[in-house]
Amino acid sequence: MPLLKFRLEKTGAPLWFRGLIPPITLALTFLLTSGLIIWGKANPFEAYYYFLIDPLSGRVSFLEVLVKSTPLILTGMAVTVAFVAGYYNIGAEGQLYAGALAAAWLGTVLGGVSTPVAILLMVLGGFVAGMLWALIPALLRVYMNVDEVVTTLLTNSIILFIISAILNGPWRDPQSGWPQSPEIAESTRLPQLAARSRLHFGFVLALIAVAMVWFILTRTSFGLKLRAVGLGREGARFAGIHVERSMLLAALISGGIAGIAGYVEVAGIQYHLIGELSPGYGYTGIIIATMGGLTALGAAASALFFGLVETGAQTVSRALGVPVYLGEVTQATMLLVILGMFILQRYRIRRA
Amino acid sequence: MYVVEMRQITKRFGDVVANEGVDFQLRSGEIHALLGENGAGKTTLMRILFGLYHEDSGKIVVDGQPARIASPKDAISLGIGMVTQHFALVPPFSVAENVIMGYRESLSLDIKAIEAEVADSAARFGIEINPSAIVRHLSVGQKQRVEILKALFRQARVLILDEPTAVLIPQEVEALFGILRNLREQGISIVFISHKLNEVMAISDRVTVLRDGRVISTIDTSSTNPTELARMMVGRETFGVTRQGEVATDQPILEVQNLCAVDDRGLKALAEVSLVVNAGEILGVAGVGGNGQKELAETLCGIRSPTSGSIQVRGQEMSGASPSEMTAAGVGRIPEDRHAGVVAELTVADNLVMEYLARYTSRGVLDKKAIRNYADGLIEQFQIKARPTDKTRTLSGGNLQKLLLARVLANHPDVLIAPQPTRGLDVGATEYVHNQLLEQREQGAAVLLISEDLDEIMALSDRIAVMYEGEIVGMLPVQEADIERLGLMMSGVLKEKDNAVAQI
Repeated sequence: MPLLKFRLEKTGAPLWFRGLIPPITLALTFLLTSGLIIWGKANPFEAYYYFLIDPLSGRVSFLEVLVKSTPLILTGMAVTVAFVAGYYNIGAEGQLYAGALAAAWLGTVLGGVSTPVAILLMVLGGFVAGMLWALIPALLRVYMNVDEVVTTLLTNSIILFIISAILNGPWRDPQSGWPQSPEIAESTRLPQLAARSRLHFGFVLALIAVAMVWFILTRTSFGLKLRAVGLGREGARFAGIHVERSMLLAALISGGIAGIAGYVEVAGIQYHLIGELSPGYGYTGIIIATMGGLTALGAAASALFFGLVETGAQTVSRALGVPVYLGEVTQATMLLVILGMFILQRYRIRRA
Repeated sequence: MYVVEMRQITKRFGDVVANEGVDFQLRSGEIHALLGENGAGKTTLMRILFGLYHEDSGKIVVDGQPARIASPKDAISLGIGMVTQHFALVPPFSVAENVIMGYRESLSLDIKAIEAEVADSAARFGIEINPSAIVRHLSVGQKQRVEILKALFRQARVLILDEPTAVLIPQEVEALFGILRNLREQGISIVFISHKLNEVMAISDRVTVLRDGRVISTIDTSSTNPTELARMMVGRETFGVTRQGEVATDQPILEVQNLCAVDDRGLKALAEVSLVVNAGEILGVAGVGGNGQKELAETLCGIRSPTSGSIQVRGQEMSGASPSEMTAAGVGRIPEDRHAGVVAELTVADNLVMEYLARYTSRGVLDKKAIRNYADGLIEQFQIKARPTDKTRTLSGGNLQKLLLARVLANHPDVLIAPQPTRGLDVGATEYVHNQLLEQREQGAAVLLISEDLDEIMALSDRIAVMYEGEIVGMLPVQEADIERLGLMMSGVLKEKDNAVAQI
């Protein structure tokens, strides 16, 4: 006789439960973190107000959410394209830096051209750079079956060292002596979209990327091939799809989009290349793509959410005087709860 | 007096009823056949008895005492043993080590004494086996004997054999039957799970027929006949599907010469395979599983690259071509493993067009409406029980095979490569597949049927090739083939290769 009266069954959770997932996630995260917030001598409800609501209530902070989301949307798209095809690109971070490197160089040599032309050339430059940096791990994976998780992760460190060498060598700022590249030309900077805000044209580029990835994945035969390869390599191969070619293309496009993220940060925010350009946008892109269910729109939504939380974390510490890391702890907790909910969503509880 | 009695056993998996109110009685010292189609609930019932599943309701009585069997351990302590189709043996260990493993646990092992003990036990039960032999070196039939010995060594008085002949060649089947009769003499009760009528007639004392999870009848074997059993098994008169007339021509479509290939481990799998399939002909490739059939099919489909040799389709050299090039050249293929031939998480419609995406794409964009119409058409024509938007993983085995057949046959291939096309399908679906293959033959396609089911090969093929260890060891017209001769070839005893080449 079975001892358990209930058991979990692996099948989609009922619809009514799916609708409850966001509020449950929020409530659980709130419960788990409010102890810490009280310990930090703040009111949890107030803290959560500043965390999730306040950034959306003012124009400046709302635009800042979009600014923070911009690179995340792009790395989210990059990882989505690769993961959809079953290519586990952990190297978006490195590919982002490759694109940033190209942008920092192009920005100093394209001083004479008009802004639209500069944008076009630098998008292309960032894309190609990210693609080239993704090429070697992709070739190793496709033709020699070398695990791409390991190689793409390792190439991330390599490019950071290369950039450090360049910034401390040929590109070191001659006046200040800081390890940062020369400023890029005025005309190569991404135009601002709103007064008194950092929001720049890169956000529009990110939205275009979302539209393109969505279109490719859902409307084209190339996208269907990528999905087929990712969901069932054997079946795809049997149906005559060139599995290797598809994975290679997915890896390169992924690297290219990540490269554009690097371009956007250089030409939209910093105007020069620094070693700390990205606080892990490439890695966050992995979480964003996963949370977005490997769909373009899902990833875009979760990138916006991450932008909100990122902005909120700063607001909370400024407004309530709690340590900044409380924001990070809350962010991390929420992430774990969300991932946990994702697993739960795949089960039903049945009477045994 | 019954050794085992199962009363009103019901078992459900989700919404599927595997057993419903099943009564089963096993007499002492009898061979009791459990007969039914795939999915009739035979294995489920016996897994309940062996403690691998738990009944939802019902009662098990062993030796007149109500028994609670929560795990195989409980079953073994009640004297019940089970030999499944997948052996649970440790290949690098000796026979004796495998037999005592997990049964006797002491710190020191006296190998010599154990071997003597196992040899003793084997002799007592009339099982020919060398206790010091390493299991890896044994044939499938010998491994099965080790499994039987393992159960008997654990004092089993009830022995459950799940489709024991599925992996054996005809000669090994006879040897197994010898062992079973001997065990019966010694008072061991045997449950023989099978869907093969002739075997059930040959070995059993009584038969219980299951259909759709219910008992149809329990009957003395001597008072029944294969036709009656078949009727009970499928619920209607079976009418075997067979070839009609001779449509085979001398026009070669698929010509394979000296084809060599290696398996996944890099070992030689195909040794100089040569064969020709003519238009309007089914060439059956018989053989025990694992003798290179899988690699032959994969190589001909373009999934696996040959190491040497030539494949010609209508005179065009296709050796080393990709699967899509094979499709374009008119070679249709269905996969040996149905689940590896589709992308289960994609929809039925997506999978149906997957081979011909270019046809449903204009400037890179999918024509979703055309795909939907195409899928609707095929679903109706091939009677697939699914909607175009259903995820393919929700399809049953038979419907999945219909989907795969629809995908390939809609393209009217000149050559059809069909490895194990009916494996695991029920009678209705099997008949459907057979009819489709015969229809292709009649339309003038060259069909290569690879199967481990000799009855299927005999019923459908115009000519039969036999594979053994990667070679074609015999090639003969079906009129000259009989089970015994094929069995000898399949076991590598008889080679008619020179003869076969002469016949082509």
